[in-house]
Amino acid sequence: MAIAKVLGIETEYGITGGPDGDPVIASSILVNAFARNGETKVNWDFGDESPANDARHMPLLTSAAPMVESHLANTVLTNGARFYVDHAHPEYSSPECRTPLSGLLYDRAGEDVLLHAVRVANATSHDSPPITVYKNNSDGKGNSYGTHENYLVEREIPFPDIVRAIAPHLLSRQVILGAGKVGYETEYFDDLSPRFQLAQRSEFFEELVGLETTLKRPIVNTRDEPHGDPERFRRLHVIIGDANMSEVATFVKLGSTALLLAVLEDRGADVFPPMPRTPVRAVRAFGADLTLRQGQECVDGTTRSAWDYQDELWTLADRYVAGGDGAAVAPKAELQLLLTQWREMLDGVRDNRAAVADRVDWVAKLRLLNGFQERHNLNDEDPRLRAIDIQYHDIRPDKSLARRVGLRTLLKPEAIGEAFHKPPSDTRAYFRGRCIDKYPNEIVAANWDSIIFDLGVDPLHRVPMMDPLKGTAELLGDLLDNAANAEELLRALGTL
Amino acid sequence: MTEQEHIQKPSTEKNDEAPSVELVANTAKNEQLKNDLDNLLDEIDEVLEDNAEEFVRNYVQKGGE
Repeated sequence: MAIAKVLGIETEYGITGGPDGDPVIASSILVNAFARNGETKVNWDFGDESPANDARHMPLLTSAAPMVESHLANTVLTNGARFYVDHAHPEYSSPECRTPLSGLLYDRAGEDVLLHAVRVANATSHDSPPITVYKNNSDGKGNSYGTHENYLVEREIPFPDIVRAIAPHLLSRQVILGAGKVGYETEYFDDLSPRFQLAQRSEFFEELVGLETTLKRPIVNTRDEPHGDPERFRRLHVIIGDANMSEVATFVKLGSTALLLAVLEDRGADVFPPMPRTPVRAVRAFGADLTLRQGQECVDGTTRSAWDYQDELWTLADRYVAGGDGAAVAPKAELQLLLTQWREMLDGVRDNRAAVADRVDWVAKLRLLNGFQERHNLNDEDPRLRAIDIQYHDIRPDKSLARRVGLRTLLKPEAIGEAFHKPPSDTRAYFRGRCIDKYPNEIVAANWDSIIFDLGVDPLHRVPMMDPLKGTAELLGDLLDNAANAEELLRALGTL
Repeated sequence: MTEQEHIQKPSTEKNDEAPSVELVANTAKNEQLKNDLDNLLDEIDEVLEDNAEEFVRNYVQKGGE
């Protein structure tokens, strides 16, 4: 039986402005501004971070492990998310969510967290250029930063099976989920010089499988850091996605990937379409093919376009759900919405793009670019086209172009407002968020799988949360409601 | 109910009835989208960053992840 697909999205936002235009300082200002405004003051606990662990159990050959920069600003929010400085970007990692729709909700709440932080920061600092953030993945000059998804996977699934099953999806889903990009920025495309690509990230991928995230980026990332019981869980860390402005796209991104992982757990890797013979070439070629018809040779000698792959994978997921499965991912109604949207986007990008310009980011962006170029009779190199590309991802409502193109929404604004403050009720994020809201002065630090309490007398008390499905409102809601302070909470939990 | 009337009318074209109905529907939708796009482009002219060249040149990020 497939296990619950607990999931979430981490987004590194592009950032400009601040003192001397230093992105590290600007990012720190944002995180501190958010904390200073009384939203949170709990630090992150780095005790359990092990980003160098490799799912293949191989020693590191090519480079040092990713560094955890513990000196940079780092906070845990009352909605269970983490908001911090990663390298030179402000990063929002959503709390653990139980379904794709919940994942979308907390990704959108993250945009509001950033927006709030920007407003507080800019309102209190008048000496430097205002800070602006962008929910995108590239600066158009060869620098890319990530939007990573995480999915809970059963530990006993062999990693090669995960690669075999999920790689075809990860390299082809850009036909409906890509955020679109003007031009190209790697040597790979010097000859082809595409005017537009489906996805921001595709051309940056250089390996099929690997541990890296910043150099030699792999289509399937092997970071083995489950943030939970390592005997039972694996966290699949997906680094090959674009940050989506379209709510439907974010929902389908999480839903399609989670559903296919559930199919893998229940049906095995053999039901999946064969890998392209050259996956890296395929992901790049698919990204630059606006006809969506260019095929790549697969390991079994057949040929598939990205669209063909998606068509097959949708059918696989649809049959799985039709057979009564899918509870590991979402309730039935949500699964139906997922399959319907996924299908409509897929048919739309091939047969009627205008019909999905309200859902597919690259289609919405391209329509805008083409319209603008035609109206002003611009050549392909005109900087205004690149400006539109960047400004599509501006999160300020008065500047964002994505907010103007008529993208369909799935969430009520009130729900997003609530998710800004409150954690999801159905994962351990509930326990984390409620504790931070209720006992902020008695918590020293928190991370994904534990919280450390300081009751004023030695020793500190660490509460482990090794199962992402424990610590829910159902299990601990009453207890948290009734515990007036951390000591009462720990006594009720039996850790004192 | 214009679409239903279309369905009732004998077609004088080579194509089957159904696609021509679909085409009418699509044309209507595209006209709507075209108007939307015109309005949208008016708006873009207003909100697009003033000096696009400088804005794009200054948008430089460090790699991340």
